[in-house]
Amino acid sequence: MVMTIVLIVLTLILIVAAILTVHFKDLIAAIVASSVISLIASVYFYLLQAPDVAMTEAAVGVGLTTVIFIIAVRKTKRYEE
Amino acid sequence: MRKLLSILALAVIGYYLFVAMQAVPFGKDRMNPKVAKTYLEDGVKKTGSVNIVTAIVVNYRGFDTLGEVTVLFLAATGLGALLYDKRGKRHPRTPASPVVQIGAKILFPLIVLLGAYVFVHGHLTPGGGFPGGVIIATGFLLMYMAYRSYDVSHTALTVTESLAGLTFVIIGLLGLIYGRSFLNNFLPFGIPNTVFSAGVIPLIYIAIGLKVGSELTGVIDNMMETIR
Repeated sequence: MVMTIVLIVLTLILIVAAILTVHFKDLIAAIVASSVISLIASVYFYLLQAPDVAMTEAAVGVGLTTVIFIIAVRKTKRYEE
Repeated sequence: MRKLLSILALAVIGYYLFVAMQAVPFGKDRMNPKVAKTYLEDGVKKTGSVNIVTAIVVNYRGFDTLGEVTVLFLAATGLGALLYDKRGKRHPRTPASPVVQIGAKILFPLIVLLGAYVFVHGHLTPGGGFPGGVIIATGFLLMYMAYRSYDVSHTALTVTESLAGLTFVIIGLLGLIYGRSFLNNFLPFGIPNTVFSAGVIPLIYIAIGLKVGSELTGVIDNMMETIR
C-alpha cells in the first residue's frame, strides 16, 4: 500500500519533470528538470532491484551529463527562441 | 501544420508501442526461466563472482565490455579532437565561494575513495568499473568547479588511460595463452565472498575503473578549459 503510493508519487514527479524539460525556454532550467528525471529513474531502478543500474544512472545521469550540458549551454545561448 | 504532423506521428508511434506493450505479460517471468536459472545457479561456480551482474558483464560477455570501453575511448578522443584548437588559451575561471572550496577539499578524497571502493568490490557488491570510474570523475569535476586554477596533468591522464586499456587487453591475451579463449579466466577462483576471489574479474574491473575515470576526467578537463 505504502509502496504503491510512493510509486505513484514518483511517477507523477517523473512525468511533470519530463513535461517541464520540454516546456522551459531557459535551457539551464530544462537541464535541471532533465536531471530530476534521471534521479527519479535511478530511484526506480533501485526499487526494481537493479542497484547496479541505479548507481550508474545516478552517477552519469544526475552528475556528469548535467554538468556537460551546462558547460555546452554556457558556450552557446542560454535562452531558446 | 508542423505541430499537427508531429502530434499525428506521436499518436501513430504511441499506438504501435501500446499494442507491442500489451503483448508483454508484466509482472510475470518473461525470460526463458532456464537462462536466468543457469546464470544464478552456475554463475558462482563457474566464475567465482558473487555478483552475477558482474559475472555476466566481465566474464560471460567480457568481449562486449572491451567494445564498450573502446566506444567510450573513441568518444573521449573525438571530443578532445573537436576542442583541440581551443586548448592552451587558459581562461581564468570565476572563483567559487569559500563554502564550495572548503567543502570540495573535504569531499574530494572521500569521493575518490568511494569510487575506488565501488570498482575494487565490483565482484562482491553492486557497481563495478563504469560507475566507479564515473564517481571518480565527478570528484575531479567538483575540484574543477571549486578552484580557479585546478588542473590535472594531461600526461598523467593519458598514461593512466593507456596502461589501463593495455592491462585489459593483456589479461585477455593471457587468457588466450593459459586458458581456452580470449579473456578466459586463468587465475584460481579463491573463496567466494572475499576480495581476492573470482579470478581475473577484479583485475579487469580495476583496469576499467581507472580507464573510465581518467577518460571522463579528460573530457571534463577539455570542456572546462574552453569556458571563461
